[in-house]
Amino acid sequence: MTDADDLRARTRALLADRPPATTSRADFLAARFDAGLAWVHYPEGLGGLGAARSLQSAVDAELAAAGAPDNDPRRIGIGLGMAAPTILAYGTEEQKRRFLRPLWLGEEVWCQLFSEPGAGSDLAALSTRAVLGDDGVWTVTGQKVWTSSAHLARWAILIARTDPAQPKHRGITYFLCDMTDPGVEVRPLRQITGEAEFNEVFLTDVRIPDAHRLGEVGEGWQVARTTLMNERVSIGGSTGGRESGMIAPLARTWRERPELRTHALHQRLVTLWVDAEVARLTGERLRQQLAVGQPGPEGSGLKLSFARLNQQISGLEVELLGDEGLLYDDWTMRRPELVDFTGRGPGYRYLRSKGNSIEGGTSEVLLNIVAERVLGLPTEPRTDKDVAWKDLAR
Amino acid sequence: MSATPSLLATETEDDLRAAVRSLLTTHSAADRVLARAESGAPYDRELWKTLTGSMGLAGLLVPEADGGQGAGHREAAVVVEELGRAVASVPYLTGAVVTPATLLALPERTAEVSALLAEVAAGSTVAVLAVPLTTAPGDPLPEVTTDGGGLHGTVRSVADAAGADVLLVAADSGLYAVPAGAPGVTVTPLTALDLTRPLAAVQLDGARGTLLAPAADAAPAVRAGLLSGAGLLASEQLGLAEWCLTETVRHLKDRHQFNRPLGSFQALKHRLAQLWLDVAGIRPAATAAADLLATGEGGPAEAQLAVAVAQVYASPVAVRAAEEALQLHGGIGMTWEHPVHLYLKRAKGDSVAFGGAGRHGQEVARLAELPAP
Repeated sequence: MTDADDLRARTRALLADRPPATTSRADFLAARFDAGLAWVHYPEGLGGLGAARSLQSAVDAELAAAGAPDNDPRRIGIGLGMAAPTILAYGTEEQKRRFLRPLWLGEEVWCQLFSEPGAGSDLAALSTRAVLGDDGVWTVTGQKVWTSSAHLARWAILIARTDPAQPKHRGITYFLCDMTDPGVEVRPLRQITGEAEFNEVFLTDVRIPDAHRLGEVGEGWQVARTTLMNERVSIGGSTGGRESGMIAPLARTWRERPELRTHALHQRLVTLWVDAEVARLTGERLRQQLAVGQPGPEGSGLKLSFARLNQQISGLEVELLGDEGLLYDDWTMRRPELVDFTGRGPGYRYLRSKGNSIEGGTSEVLLNIVAERVLGLPTEPRTDKDVAWKDLAR
Repeated sequence: MSATPSLLATETEDDLRAAVRSLLTTHSAADRVLARAESGAPYDRELWKTLTGSMGLAGLLVPEADGGQGAGHREAAVVVEELGRAVASVPYLTGAVVTPATLLALPERTAEVSALLAEVAAGSTVAVLAVPLTTAPGDPLPEVTTDGGGLHGTVRSVADAAGADVLLVAADSGLYAVPAGAPGVTVTPLTALDLTRPLAAVQLDGARGTLLAPAADAAPAVRAGLLSGAGLLASEQLGLAEWCLTETVRHLKDRHQFNRPLGSFQALKHRLAQLWLDVAGIRPAATAAADLLATGEGGPAEAQLAVAVAQVYASPVAVRAAEEALQLHGGIGMTWEHPVHLYLKRAKGDSVAFGGAGRHGQEVARLAELPAP
């Protein structure tokens, strides 16, 4: 087993062999991957060394301190956070060798074709169809929605229905979809903010060779659960210090603009400031728990808290600003790569944060999850479990 | 830059919690708490003896050299939380938190202060600060004047005064320890909303006490004592709120109506999930306050802000937890027999104790530089 000392030695050897100052970004990243220092808990030959996952942060820190380039993890977050662990868990040797290296290097961007207009919270009800032809190639037709990075992506993880006669969770298969296939059409999906972070993806007779199926036919839901469990739940708040989240611009405006203050707004400001501080402390406690390997259930609740806080704080900011709160910075249709709460105006923050209680699990579904998994209350009655998908109401 | 308190329980704290909880489960069951309240006894003396005698819990804040256990606010917060969970009727927050924290904050440790501190730490003397329970840290104190060596004044709504041996009185001429049975002292029990934390009016008509500190030293010490009280009150509110949530979840799993458990209705599941989320926030807020009171990391303003944040947050959440518990228990929750009313009364009383959320909100505004118009 590779230990911390061994990793330090390998990290230093990499830095000596490819000094960041005189090595191109691409060369350095490739050498890092091949040295097994990309994700140390992955197997040897696939960018890792089979080491403990917890040892990664020391490698990252040492490389960053030496001025080494990184693989821009936020740009390729879906590949790193969702596609890669699923390919590692379910992929064939050929699939792992073909896909993981360019994914980690950022040469191939990935997106996720899961949600559909008719399958949001009830994802397993999805209706995109995949049919296997005599030539061993699947033909896929359907519509996906809320797809980040689809316009940049080379590959997609895709779930589609392969057996409508089975109950919904059992007739799904998981694929790796080539986004350059002529049957793939990506259209920007404009949001209430005016911009388009996401896409709609129309799939018309898209051809996927059976070699790009991940896992067994009909077992796509289990595979997808691996993806979803690895989905980094964005907690919406930073891990920084006090007043580092959405409360910061509101508090700044309050301090700098005494003429805007009223008693009623002050009451709400103080209450929200305290709620934001308590949410920060809850996140800090969770971080301390994770550092000693004892995660508590509080993580399930943080997304709920931050969704509510972001919405209430940004709503108060619009009211505090009065005349200026009536204005909006820019309705131009743009395609941002990342959400930028602080770089935009209060109207944008107010509108964009409305999505926080919908994306990545609605607050209503998350409350069910807390009630059932944390408090142990009975699960919702299910009338869809043993009914063939084709017979479900829609 | 804000200080980063340690928000996880230590092994010692876990052990302490287990010991106190086990004791309270057997020695302070709800029916016994109610019987004590109906008896008119000011507190559960037998429980107090066990907590302070063999377990030494009254001396957690007091250094070993002064006759205490040499622990600190974090450990005391664990005890307060468990006492809250059991809604136990003992003068701990007053006599074992506010009083020793006040005495320890005095700049000069005279023989009189040391003697009282040792008795307080042993639990053999219950000494309470003679200020209204609603007094926030830094609030003006009740007017007690000195005339020919005798103290004169009236203090309303003093918590745990009825069972106290000694009253700590902040007078215009200094801080005094006045024996509760001394001539010129009248302690009149009041009929309180909270059945488990008795209140009394204290009247001083020429009562004489032992001078502990001059007036200039008394006010900052009293403020420190009340700050400790307000900070650890959040742990009491945590214990109360967790009991309410746990019992309500249990009830909704057991109770069937319409041929299904009440807890299977989504409207109720969502209410309980939201309550869990809000109650879960009290723990880091209360732990941060206790930790910063103990360490002083980042300076006194950090502890003051952490206490104010904990109070603004915990007070309404604890009240809501008790109100939800009552509502979701249905008819049984309205009965004298079921303990939920004890928790509601304590939670509501706590929400105005040590200043309440409104007064602490003003502190947050001051310390976080968010001035009112």
